[in-house]
Amino acid sequence: MSLKLDAGIPDGPVDKKWDKHRFALKLVNPANKRKFDVIVVGTGLAGASAAASLAELGYNVKVFCIQDSPRRAHSIAAQGGINAAKNYPNDGDSVWRLFYDTVKGGDYRAREANVYRLAQVSNAIIDQCVAQGVPFARDYGGALDNRSFGGAQVSRTFFARGQTGQQLLLGAYSALMRQAGKKQVQVFPRREMVELVVVDGAARGIVTRDLTTGRLESHAAHAVLLCTGGYGNAFYLSTNANSCNVGAAWLAYKKGAGFANPCFTQIHPTCIPQSGEHQAKLTLMSESLRNDGRVWVPKKKGDNRAPGQIPEAERDYYLERKYPTFGNLVPRDVASRAAKQMIDEGRGVGRTGLAVYLDFADAIKRQGQAKITEKYGNLFDMYHHLTAEDPYRAPMRIYPAVHYTMGGLWVDYNLMTTIPGLFCLGEANFSDHGANRLGASALMQGLADGYFIIPYTLGGFFASSKLAKVDTSHPAFKEAEQSAAGRTQRLLSIKGKRTPVSFHKELGTLMWNNCGMGRSETGLKEALAKIPAIREEFWKNVVVTGSGAEFNQTLERAARVADYLEFSELLVRDALERRESCGGHFREESQTPEGEAKRDDANFSHATVWEHAGEGKPPIENREKLEFKDVVPSQRSYA
Amino acid sequence: MNAQEKTMDVTLRVWRQKGPDQPGRFVSYAAKGVTPEMSFFEALDTINEGLVAKGEDAIAFDHDCREGICGTCCLTIEGQPHGPDQAATGCQLHMRAYKDGDAITIEPFRARAFPVIKDLVVDRSALDRVMASGGFVSVNTGSAGEANAILVPKDKAEAAMDAAACIGCGACVAACPNASAMLFVSAKVSQFALLPQGGPERDRRVLAMQRQMDLEGFGNCSNEGECEAVCPKEVKLANIARLNREYIRAMFWSHEVHPKVDLEGQEE
Repeated sequence: MSLKLDAGIPDGPVDKKWDKHRFALKLVNPANKRKFDVIVVGTGLAGASAAASLAELGYNVKVFCIQDSPRRAHSIAAQGGINAAKNYPNDGDSVWRLFYDTVKGGDYRAREANVYRLAQVSNAIIDQCVAQGVPFARDYGGALDNRSFGGAQVSRTFFARGQTGQQLLLGAYSALMRQAGKKQVQVFPRREMVELVVVDGAARGIVTRDLTTGRLESHAAHAVLLCTGGYGNAFYLSTNANSCNVGAAWLAYKKGAGFANPCFTQIHPTCIPQSGEHQAKLTLMSESLRNDGRVWVPKKKGDNRAPGQIPEAERDYYLERKYPTFGNLVPRDVASRAAKQMIDEGRGVGRTGLAVYLDFADAIKRQGQAKITEKYGNLFDMYHHLTAEDPYRAPMRIYPAVHYTMGGLWVDYNLMTTIPGLFCLGEANFSDHGANRLGASALMQGLADGYFIIPYTLGGFFASSKLAKVDTSHPAFKEAEQSAAGRTQRLLSIKGKRTPVSFHKELGTLMWNNCGMGRSETGLKEALAKIPAIREEFWKNVVVTGSGAEFNQTLERAARVADYLEFSELLVRDALERRESCGGHFREESQTPEGEAKRDDANFSHATVWEHAGEGKPPIENREKLEFKDVVPSQRSYA
Repeated sequence: MNAQEKTMDVTLRVWRQKGPDQPGRFVSYAAKGVTPEMSFFEALDTINEGLVAKGEDAIAFDHDCREGICGTCCLTIEGQPHGPDQAATGCQLHMRAYKDGDAITIEPFRARAFPVIKDLVVDRSALDRVMASGGFVSVNTGSAGEANAILVPKDKAEAAMDAAACIGCGACVAACPNASAMLFVSAKVSQFALLPQGGPERDRRVLAMQRQMDLEGFGNCSNEGECEAVCPKEVKLANIARLNREYIRAMFWSHEVHPKVDLEGQEE
């Protein structure tokens, strides 16, 4: 172990830590804030909210995104909602309960202090978003409406139809554009970060590629914030947008940032099944559908009658049967594994047999079609568009798919990585969800980090650090530009026979089969042997057309696939080292007699933090021990 | 996958243009073995895979979420922004809409304010600048009051949500004979005009956004209704009526100073 992993958790009771810390953090004088430059990479919920909030404080902010507009980051696709401990329905919710549920839901692999803080600021997020004009759903009295959401027994989820992520992102984006209009933020769309610049051990800038012209540009700053999302596309097929990638986080890892728990990936139970080999991505159907939809498969193996022809008595509502307390609302990891079990038993449905039913017939009968349309209309339309089937008449077919990644860059309580001055927010960090994220908590975390945590902790960093003056004339920038240009050149010069996408598919298929819903030592070892071979072939036989000095999507894809070919090996290694099942990480060797995930707290109550040891060398394993004082770990049970 | 699946061969006539200042032209590509389940973009992917494998430049086209929410895709398919499906983006279009032997023409969104970057990719940053001019509520992080202190009648909240559903794709601009961005602007102005939170900046916002829209080179509305017809999120023309009311109200009754714009689009 060589990384210094001091999370810097404040002393004292968990509910006083954040207040105490906020007071302990030094402040930057208002007149001095304009002397600090901040780079924000990524404009999803975390990036947009951080950039806007820091600019409001008076920092000079430069914000970068790979999309053509900051409004298009993948947070936009989040459907179901955002949690907060408002307890408006008077159903027993509290900050403490949200904290408890999140630690438990994460299968006791998250930091208590971070999770408590998340629950604590959750209410202020709702206040902020409402003030921005986010059109949340409301009751007839005009007050905000709530619904229950996967894994929770209280109704604490705020929502804007099935487009909550879109509305929250547009709120953060409008705050960001307001600052852009005031020239407090400079927005750089269609830019991809291609290098992190570290000077005297601290992050002092980035090099970006202008995706329109191919030009490399250097940007210096006093701090760099990575808000670059998750790495689900390592599996090729996921619900992530096509441009989601691990690039920025991977560059940071190679420059010395620890990467924590990469094997903690979330497989979402309700996605539209793959329809063929051509498939480019998968589409999520919000988990909120499980509030009213009932999941079932035929009792008989290979029963290929149309769903309407299978009588009630011959259906197995397996979630209700196995988990009577939570029923269809069990957490995502549990629901996904249960679906896999049914399919493995040969009871899958549809043309491919790789699906289960999500049925609304009862809900429509009970509540009427109009009510169902009001709640889920856009989701039903989306399903209809994609499948040409009408879910008002026949049940939806759903199948689990990679959706979210809980692992990410290791950060301390201030959201700073192991590289001073390099911060990491939102899905890209590892901090709050442990081994499994609860529904409607990703939006909460992204906005918590951006609106209410980084504005304090970044100030504390600036006020207590002595940062030498560094601008882009520093040799480190030239070096970084050369390294980025060299990499592009290398990709273009191979001129082989196979497309970048073909390698991505090959890697993704291997990852899904060997490191997906079920993971075994044999499968993981096989993947560890095969990934380097795919990587080797990639660097010998990939074809990248066009040049580096133009808009070139083939080149963009090739560079991202190259990152995945390295990163996946770390993910698999992490999965192999964690010889326990927890949350989304299911090791087949570690299960209860009922087939549920079996944790091993004695040996694995830690975050595994990987450290880059140099090209071609195995990474070094570091550990941050997790301590639970307020939520006593127990075997999760939803029965 | 089952073997009896029906496949078809179609021809795609695609706009190819090397760069912003270069001439463009249509090039035909054969897409063979297309299945009805394939999305339109997956058919394009297939053609691109073939091109790259042969060492030729792939067709550049913007896409990201592929589920109709990010607003990135901007294809005009057979003359229609986002293609033939109602209330859907190009990425939601599936090949089941076509039959064997069809020839399908694909162009970028066309508008003076959306210059072509390459092939089917255009620059829509004008829409971001319109947003930066006034598409927000001025509330700094931390200064918000208790959420339920602001009550919003349910029907108003729903109508605001209908307008807020705009994905900023620019199809309305591409469909309009005047390349007007009125539907886009009206969606944002309406969302805030319907909500109490938007009240304090009501006049300022509409004047600023309208002005920026003119400066960006978007045309004016002449009630063609093409925008509403192609809008993937079904944003209604009624929003433009509201925008006009808001604008007239601000012009005649507000204390905000209305910046004058001359015919060249420059401030006097």
